[in-house]
Amino acid sequence: MRRLGRRRRWALVALGAVVVAGAAAAVSVTRSPTVVTRDRMVAGTPESGAPVELDTTLYLPARTPAPAVLLAHGFGGSKTDLGPEARSLAEHGYVVLTYTARGFGRSGGLIHLDSPAYEVADAKDLVSYLATLPQVLTDAAGDPRVGVAGSSYGGALALLLGAADPRVDAIGADITWSDLTQALFPNAVVAARTDVTGGPGTGAVSAGDVSGGGVFKKMWASELFASASVASSPASPASSLEAQAGPCGRFAPDLCAGYQQAAQTGEPGPGLVALLRASSPAGVLGRITAPTLLSQGEDDSLFTLSQADENAAGIAAHGTPVRMVWRSGGHDGGTSTDELVTSLEGWFDPVLLHGTRPTSSFTITVPGTGISAATGRAVAQTLQAADGYPSSRTIHVPVAGPPQTVQAPAGGSPAAISSVPGVGGLLAAAASTGVPSGLSAVPGQVARFASAPLPTALLLAGGSTISLEITASDARDATLFASVHVVGAGGTDVLPAGLVAPVRLVGLTPGAPRAVTIRLPAVVSSVPAGDRLVVEIGTTDLAYALPTAPRAYTIALTDGVLAAATVDGRILRGGQPWTWLIVGLVAITVLVVGLAAASAGRRRRRTLVAELGGVPVAVDALTKQYGDGYRAVDGVTFRVEAGQVVGLLGPNGAGKTTTLRVLMGLIRPTSGTVRVFGELVEAGAPVLSRIGSFVEGPGLLPHLSGRDNLRLYWAATGRPTADSELDTALEIAGLGGSVDRLVKTYSQGMRQRLAIAQAMLGLPELLVLDEPTNGLDPLQIAEMREVLRRYAATGRTVVISSHLLAEVEQTCTHVVVMHKGRLVAVGSVAEIAAAGRRQLAVEDPDRAMAILAAAGVSAQAVPARRSLEDIFIEMVGEDRD
Amino acid sequence: MTEPEAQVGESTDRPAPTRRGVHDRLARMAGVHDNGFRPGRTLRLRVEFTRQLRRRRTQLAAAVLLVLPVVIAVAFRVSSSSGSSGGGARPGGGSGSALVTLATTGATNFALFTEFASAGFLLVVVVALFCGDTVASEASWSSLRYLLAIPVPRSRLLRQKLAVGLTLSVGANVLLPAWSFLVGGAFFGWAPGRSPLGGTFTAGVALQRLAVVVAYASVQALVVAALAFLLSVVTDAPLGAVGGATMLVVVSNILDSISALDPYRQYLPTHFQYSWLDALGPTIVWDDMMRGTGAALVYASVFFAAAWWAFQRKDVVS
Repeated sequence: MRRLGRRRRWALVALGAVVVAGAAAAVSVTRSPTVVTRDRMVAGTPESGAPVELDTTLYLPARTPAPAVLLAHGFGGSKTDLGPEARSLAEHGYVVLTYTARGFGRSGGLIHLDSPAYEVADAKDLVSYLATLPQVLTDAAGDPRVGVAGSSYGGALALLLGAADPRVDAIGADITWSDLTQALFPNAVVAARTDVTGGPGTGAVSAGDVSGGGVFKKMWASELFASASVASSPASPASSLEAQAGPCGRFAPDLCAGYQQAAQTGEPGPGLVALLRASSPAGVLGRITAPTLLSQGEDDSLFTLSQADENAAGIAAHGTPVRMVWRSGGHDGGTSTDELVTSLEGWFDPVLLHGTRPTSSFTITVPGTGISAATGRAVAQTLQAADGYPSSRTIHVPVAGPPQTVQAPAGGSPAAISSVPGVGGLLAAAASTGVPSGLSAVPGQVARFASAPLPTALLLAGGSTISLEITASDARDATLFASVHVVGAGGTDVLPAGLVAPVRLVGLTPGAPRAVTIRLPAVVSSVPAGDRLVVEIGTTDLAYALPTAPRAYTIALTDGVLAAATVDGRILRGGQPWTWLIVGLVAITVLVVGLAAASAGRRRRRTLVAELGGVPVAVDALTKQYGDGYRAVDGVTFRVEAGQVVGLLGPNGAGKTTTLRVLMGLIRPTSGTVRVFGELVEAGAPVLSRIGSFVEGPGLLPHLSGRDNLRLYWAATGRPTADSELDTALEIAGLGGSVDRLVKTYSQGMRQRLAIAQAMLGLPELLVLDEPTNGLDPLQIAEMREVLRRYAATGRTVVISSHLLAEVEQTCTHVVVMHKGRLVAVGSVAEIAAAGRRQLAVEDPDRAMAILAAAGVSAQAVPARRSLEDIFIEMVGEDRD
Repeated sequence: MTEPEAQVGESTDRPAPTRRGVHDRLARMAGVHDNGFRPGRTLRLRVEFTRQLRRRRTQLAAAVLLVLPVVIAVAFRVSSSSGSSGGGARPGGGSGSALVTLATTGATNFALFTEFASAGFLLVVVVALFCGDTVASEASWSSLRYLLAIPVPRSRLLRQKLAVGLTLSVGANVLLPAWSFLVGGAFFGWAPGRSPLGGTFTAGVALQRLAVVVAYASVQALVVAALAFLLSVVTDAPLGAVGGATMLVVVSNILDSISALDPYRQYLPTHFQYSWLDALGPTIVWDDMMRGTGAALVYASVFFAAAWWAFQRKDVVS
């Protein structure tokens, strides 16, 4: 019904509105609690007898008292760099204190590189300051509940403070160092067999353990030194100590002198080594008891992943929970504030807000392992290590290559460029697009040892090792740079994260080989099957201090095995994917079982009334009210007996078609029943198969021919083909040659006849035809009448609905008259025609009328036999509107 | 009415002699007997397939799916001969989709690209057409009521229609990549498949991955199929059913692009539509595909249940 359709349309519109409103609401809900900030100078540790003031900002959350977070900034920065993180954490519910470290910005003092006597002491002072604030939650008097966090310079401070101050409850250290000497003077030699130069430790040996130390990371060192001395000079007027003019800027004099000496010689002096040692968490890791979050960047040529490894091993050795995160970015790549804050909150919340102890875990961001559905580009995914940290495993990959002689140029130039401070990632990206990797390898300077194409994919995660024999032709020491490249089938050559591991050997005998094991740079790279791993040993790298004399080395494999480091785990997407799948499977199972049960229940229902078994149609008190309240049929009762041709007569809207729809099981009566051969008619009742119907026009498939329509219709009944009486039906349709044309080319009358033929397929016991003669010419109408009469003569039954009275009168034996949904009359045509007033037949009507008029009886002349039409008009005429 | 057949013969009084044969046959008809009707035999799949496969829209959809890969292949061939070749994409590099740059590598990659290009809309429309048009078109031709009067039990009618609609949908989902594979092979050779994440697949692995992609895409199509089917049952307008289901996908995609809707976005029916991309890495990551499968099954179950519920109670008046 039209009204139903409209209601449905409104429901759709309403649904759409709800969806849009929900989306709008979700977008507009943004957290904006008020955060109050307060700037203040706080006294730090005095230096050279003069007081030092630290420039701080306090971020107060909406609700206090709350746990505190002390945020420390990176080298060369100031407290303003931490604004977004601090605000975010304060909105999350922490009191956040940011400050500018001494020697930077408006804070006083000199730079001591996180020295325990100065920077760490300052941080202790700030913890005490936090304890005095009423807004900060305290564990005991003078002991605030506080976490300390920072990146790089600030990260090391967090670790050193955690070791020095037992009041710290949680630590978050991002992209920072473990041992500063090792970070600035790295040496990748793990062990040397013929002449031990390094300890047998798992990490790269620190510079001091190797005679001659490591290779000076001169570009990073100079970069850092310059950034601090330049940035701090204009901001010093506020400090009590006047900034020193000259090359040292605000660096402490001892540090400055040590650096300058190292920059000239490429080796650290004993004074500098002692200073760097003091500023390194490596020596104090055992004292850290606060749960520690360590995150390290995978694009970081300054503080490599191995630095975080050593911190984690040292802290975890004493049972302190450690979460290790190898994240994307680092000193060479970008850093996302959101990512850092989320990771920090995930670690601090259990400890500081809920007072629970977090568990250790290890996650790795693996670049290029996923494809963005939105853009189709490669994106990183997070891998959760299966057994927590370190969970590392080595896979032995055979590599091969003849001994190769490589040249180190005089003056160290031209040099390979693997990474440039701060833009390492840029170079890696450039190489990844297929730019010949000429930057990271100068011809003649590199020895290559390649694996076969890998049979299966491999996740490189961590520092792989390889054993080599190195022979210097005419020198007593060697400086080399080892790296592992991923070379694709198409010749693409990628140096993961642009990292190389410097190797420094001393005490060599010219011409005598020295067997060494080298730890290649710790990288994370997903190596697809079919690619090769290529170990490259080069003689130069722009970022490092190089020997100036020309050299030649011969590099050979010892056992030809690359012990590739990998981590077992699974890609982490959060949540439980199984739950989704199980819910889905349960849903579909419930659906299938429910449908099967419902149809089985329907099949079992029996509705036969035995005494009506021989009655083709028994309509009993049938009422149908449509959804809009319109009563199309109202309490109709009649019967059709076998062998009758019954006409359902009534004007348009009398309810004839509705009655026939119920009879066909198409609509459900509001009340009352229709029984066919004693069986209740409902949707899908098997007894419907005994009815052939044509109601409300033809329903044919326009894309098929007339013959195919009938054939397919019969096929759809699933009954034996022999029972179809297709030829009889086609003859009744009388379409001639047109029966093989497509139905869409038919005229209205042709469709009508084809549809009647379809209704007669299989010669059903009950034939129901709705306005069968519409569109037929007089000859065809006459023909149809004869067919129906003969049809009924076989004991079958025909029900015709029509508003053409003459039609019903000539065709039917019985008639059911309906009007406005109600039954008006039922009976044989003869009975109905005879109904009404009694008739008096007289010989001379004119005279009889005159006599009657004289006697006072009114009379009128009527035709000898009244037609059904007269009766009908009389029956329905008075209330026609 | 100018039917030559009908006017042949002498049009005297009845019985009209032209139909003598019919009348005689009717006269000879015995009484009634068991008519051999079994509900379980009505509208068998073979019959429904014949009904649907002979439709112009089915043939048109198939033609589009067959022509599209050829058009794309020709476009790539023309553009690559006039410009530089687009090989060698690696993680993080290049502009545009990694699948595009690899499309001309060979048969497998070409098939993956056409799948990526068509999964968002073309296949959605095709699936919506097969499942949304099936009942509504019967209603619009008025043939639905004659099927129900056979009687094909309503539940069975839906089941058979759905089985055929889903088979055609899966057929389309298989046809496109399979045909693309052949077209890609003919145009660009049979080189082993290359992952957009680097590395190559052997022929066996590549076919496995393609199978996973097709299977997952087909499961995802179930959501569209189910909604289209539901709309097909409640409306008599085939276009309304097809358009309504397509609109759901469009609206869901729009909402899915609003990141402020997190974490509710993941419950959108199309959120995991492209998770088959996880099957293209060095190892298959099943997480999101499991989620997507679960979500698709839940949505499909709800829509199918609603379709059955509505159709059982529906007054068929069209």
